[in-house]
Amino acid sequence: MKELVVLSGKGGTGKTTLAASFAALGQGQVLADCDVDAPDLWLVLQPKIQRKGDFVGARVAQIDPERCQQCGNCQEVCHFEAVTELFTIDPLACEGCGTCALACPVEAITLLEVLTGRWFVGETPYGPMVYARLGAGQENSGKLVTLVRQQAREVAQEKGLDFVLIDGPPGIGCPVIASVSGVNAALVVTEPTLSGQHDLERVVAVCHHFGVHPLICVNKFDLNPTVTEEITVYCRKNGLEMVGQVPFDPTAVEAVVKAVPLVEYDRGEAASAIVALWERIKEIL
Amino acid sequence: MVVAVASGKGGTGKTTIAVALAQCAEEGVQILDCDVEEPNVHLFLRPSLHSREPVSLLMPEVDLDKCTLCGRCAEVCHYNALAVIKERVLFFPELCHGCGACSLACPREAIREVPREIGVVEEGRADGILFVHGRLHPGEAMPSPIIRQVKAKKATVPRIVIDVSPGTACPVAEALKGTDFCLLVTEPTPFGLSDLRLAVELAGELGIPVGVVINRADLGDEGVERFCQEHSFPILLRLGFDRRIAEAYSRGIPLLPAAPELGSDFRRLWEQIEGRAMG
Repeated sequence: MKELVVLSGKGGTGKTTLAASFAALGQGQVLADCDVDAPDLWLVLQPKIQRKGDFVGARVAQIDPERCQQCGNCQEVCHFEAVTELFTIDPLACEGCGTCALACPVEAITLLEVLTGRWFVGETPYGPMVYARLGAGQENSGKLVTLVRQQAREVAQEKGLDFVLIDGPPGIGCPVIASVSGVNAALVVTEPTLSGQHDLERVVAVCHHFGVHPLICVNKFDLNPTVTEEITVYCRKNGLEMVGQVPFDPTAVEAVVKAVPLVEYDRGEAASAIVALWERIKEIL
Repeated sequence: MVVAVASGKGGTGKTTIAVALAQCAEEGVQILDCDVEEPNVHLFLRPSLHSREPVSLLMPEVDLDKCTLCGRCAEVCHYNALAVIKERVLFFPELCHGCGACSLACPREAIREVPREIGVVEEGRADGILFVHGRLHPGEAMPSPIIRQVKAKKATVPRIVIDVSPGTACPVAEALKGTDFCLLVTEPTPFGLSDLRLAVELAGELGIPVGVVINRADLGDEGVERFCQEHSFPILLRLGFDRRIAEAYSRGIPLLPAAPELGSDFRRLWEQIEGRAMG
């Protein structure tokens, strides 16, 4: 089974627009949205939900005031300043590590499991889809990403499919690491701006760190040909393959509004470039 | 007055708006770039940096002379960062939250906590603006300790602007905590709307008043406008798509130097934010 993740570093460069089009172009694949704190792929692909589940992704400490002798051990050992002066727990600061409970001499501290998200398996016109939603402000998004990927692989096995397409999150932290580790390739979508270029270099470093081969694509490449050229030079110098360049196309917004993958909405220049990009990626994989 | 500029969805213009707010604030302003995974404010302000300090997490170091391979450390580690096999203790640093449970639980005092650098915080100045940002090292998983350290650099100035990372998970909550107002920058598309819903939910849970900026307001659909109206979220500014601003942005030039006529709009935006945060 092969897995491809679409990443970007910087947000809003067009990951989901490309992923939705790849969904329409590809055959025999499972779609997985791993941007669990701002999932958008379902808005375009509109899956019919078939299965869902709860994600118990965190624990929070709780102090029993009856038992607590206010000795202060918990405050002393907590590395996250989550125990207040009144011997209550600040749930936003608490990481659920349980160190306080280990330190408590009277067993006044228990850890409660918390429901922090939900995951869904559904069917789209383009194949099965797995996605999830992390509750607002919750931690452990990486664990939920791992769960989505695991579900996607199981669905692929059930249905005899051999490819998982992952729409990844922006940034370089925990959920990105969980999305990238162990995939066959990462498509990094950037844009010809100074920010796009800066963020590209950081996400490429993450790919290398985890031994994943990054493929580069510049979206809206014609908005600043000079920066696009600089990105091309950067790729050449660092032995990275530029697998495609997609022109700016105002109909991309229309396609999102109509909830249709861009390649099915029209056959303009951007759509043609995405088709060529997808062909190239399939060749490489 | 601490205002956080957030969005849910990425690429809606958070950094552009945050920099414009800082540049039009008249006296005493600081900008804290809390998007430590992909910090971009420095690309626009080009500050001269005068200090750089490492941010470390405490990680376990096992003394194998004292260790009896009892496995207690792996048992208490909630993050599966430690595993005890035949003759060794395996440690997976990217899973470690630095909580210290292993060291506390070890019956032989064989685990020492040693700092490991996961990023840096840098301070500087750009014209009159005090500048702080954090940078998470690529390959590291945990932005929150760096965000906390950036916020610990808050100066005593009348106005502080925080640039927040996209999304709605714990790094965003960390950046928003303790701010007086949250400005949510969105775009009028189903993606923008869906992520705006999640972002207002988070701000609501933290008890922070919100205002909305609609960027590229002339593209897309009516969904965001309708949503804000229905839930009485004030739309404080609408910016149309302006090729001049987009072009300047691509080269690292901030909004106000590229479109100086918008200065009065941003000064009014400050007044509205301050009015709403106080009221």
